[in-house]
Amino acid sequence: MIPALIVLLYLALVVWLGVFAPRKARHGNDAEDYFLAGRSLGPVVFLFSLFGTHMTAFTILGASGHAFSNGIVTYGLMASSSGLVVPLGLFLVGTRIWAVGKKFGFLTPVQMFRDRWECGHIGTVIFAVQAALLVPYIIIGVMGGGTAIRALSGGLVPYWLGGAVVALTVMSYVFFGGMRGTAWVNTFQTMLFLSFGAIAVGLIGARIGGFPAAAEALLSSESTSALLSRERVSGAYFFSYTFLPLSAIAFPHISIFCLTARRLAQFRMTVILYPLCILAIWLPCVFLGVMANHATDIPGIAAKHEARQQLASDAATLAPQQRNQLRAKAAGEDVILLLLERYAPLWLAGILGAGIMAAVMASDSQILALSTMFTEDVFAYYGHKERFGDAAQVHTGRVFVILLTLIAYTVALKAPASIFDIAVQYAFSGFAALAPLVIAALFWKRSTKWGALAVTLWVALAVAAVALFQALVPASPPGPASVVWSAGGIPVLARTAAGTSVFGLLPVVPMTLISALLMWVVSRLTRPPGRETVRRYFGGA
Amino acid sequence: MPRRHWLLALVVLLLYALHQDFWFWRAARPLVFGFLPVGLFYHACYSLAAAAMMWLLVRCAWPAHLEQDSRGPAPEDRRT
Repeated sequence: MIPALIVLLYLALVVWLGVFAPRKARHGNDAEDYFLAGRSLGPVVFLFSLFGTHMTAFTILGASGHAFSNGIVTYGLMASSSGLVVPLGLFLVGTRIWAVGKKFGFLTPVQMFRDRWECGHIGTVIFAVQAALLVPYIIIGVMGGGTAIRALSGGLVPYWLGGAVVALTVMSYVFFGGMRGTAWVNTFQTMLFLSFGAIAVGLIGARIGGFPAAAEALLSSESTSALLSRERVSGAYFFSYTFLPLSAIAFPHISIFCLTARRLAQFRMTVILYPLCILAIWLPCVFLGVMANHATDIPGIAAKHEARQQLASDAATLAPQQRNQLRAKAAGEDVILLLLERYAPLWLAGILGAGIMAAVMASDSQILALSTMFTEDVFAYYGHKERFGDAAQVHTGRVFVILLTLIAYTVALKAPASIFDIAVQYAFSGFAALAPLVIAALFWKRSTKWGALAVTLWVALAVAAVALFQALVPASPPGPASVVWSAGGIPVLARTAAGTSVFGLLPVVPMTLISALLMWVVSRLTRPPGRETVRRYFGGA
Repeated sequence: MPRRHWLLALVVLLLYALHQDFWFWRAARPLVFGFLPVGLFYHACYSLAAAAMMWLLVRCAWPAHLEQDSRGPAPEDRRT
């Protein structure tokens, strides 16, 4: 119970920080101040809050869980590719979003699309698709909070109460503090979870009997030696993952965060230190996730090994539902929590648990982004801002924050977590495939609103098609994928144990390439925006 | 585009290609520092290289003109 109490104290501190601390720095009560912190964030807050915004519940719990099951490949798949693509995206695209946003006073990406491509309702379609892809993240945040508090309290705090506490905490500081409160909380949380990795590695390494012995033991066992190399993963699958971080430049909450920087120079430190921040948090989590396979003296981990072995030996004879149950038992999302429970003193487990909560509560910026998008792209665009004024816009944003939190909490109580894990998986692919939209708007004069509409509809259709395919075709047993459609002996579409593959690649690759192609072809075939609009964005006579 | 920018683009492409380190694909050994599998150590170094590349981009290709561009449009250009 002590760790849970420390976590609750931490949540109280977060509310204080998000609600009261920023009041001293507030410049006014207008929309720009509430939604963008008055475009005034300095370099340190900008770096840490942007990084904290991008990292989610998946960072600590999911990364170590994935590494527990799949080995060291997790780092190459998700961390080192993000460490290259995300800062590069911020350098090339984020800086331009900042400049255009500041120049024309935009608060959301859709405002930029509407102005850049001289369109109205097409912007509303883009808003709807972005919102649909973003909502699962918010629900996952509530679920992660409920699960973590339940685990840290040894089951004394039920899931529904843990989820409610996290939802209320996030809602409070987003409601009262707006972007400024969210940025301050994110900065504090990022510092906390960045220090989590080093402390956890040192502590667990000392108590587990030293990592060299653990690594040798894993290598000497046939069932775990492959976890220390990447022999189970194909090169094409590994390559596919480099497309997923493209989602960062299309995420509305990241684009909106780019608008909060006081000066362009704030991006300098952010893009240089971003890969190092990723290294600081992902390397310990992935390494500990792999090493957890050695901690079979922990009953929870031993049970996971049993389920994994049964899955490997009996998979062909098991019904899909039984396979799913075994997969859930073998999943490693809680291995870090189990390691802390076993090896850390109670008070330290509580502090480290707070570090985990810091990563879990990343849904704040997504809630604020959706609220900003609704008030700007729907409420203000369809005339209510002129009718009711600036203050009404901020009030609407706050009411939307409450509604969204209530909906996310209600859904989190009713729906199984696995559904939203999959939804988040689709969302990453969806936003990566929307990246050509942002790039075309900022770099290609000839791009048109019809190209943008084609890309948006294609992404919505492709995400729905992959979701439907995975719902209709049960996941294959561990091992080779089940080929559903092949042409000329080449497997085109296959169902894998974890998802879908197209020509041996993740769906995100064809989705993104087709998006880019659609933008080019449809834009070429349709009338470009007026000269005056192009001049405002790209200069020239 | 200046020649320097072409060179930087090449550096970026090279680093992107180096992500696909097929040479360490099936190897766990050597264990660096006695416990870190070589594939994981390579990708940790890759993150350091990414930071170095971003430093190079900031130093040699910083889009300083954007600061100037972002300053005030004519009032009629401001949309919100």
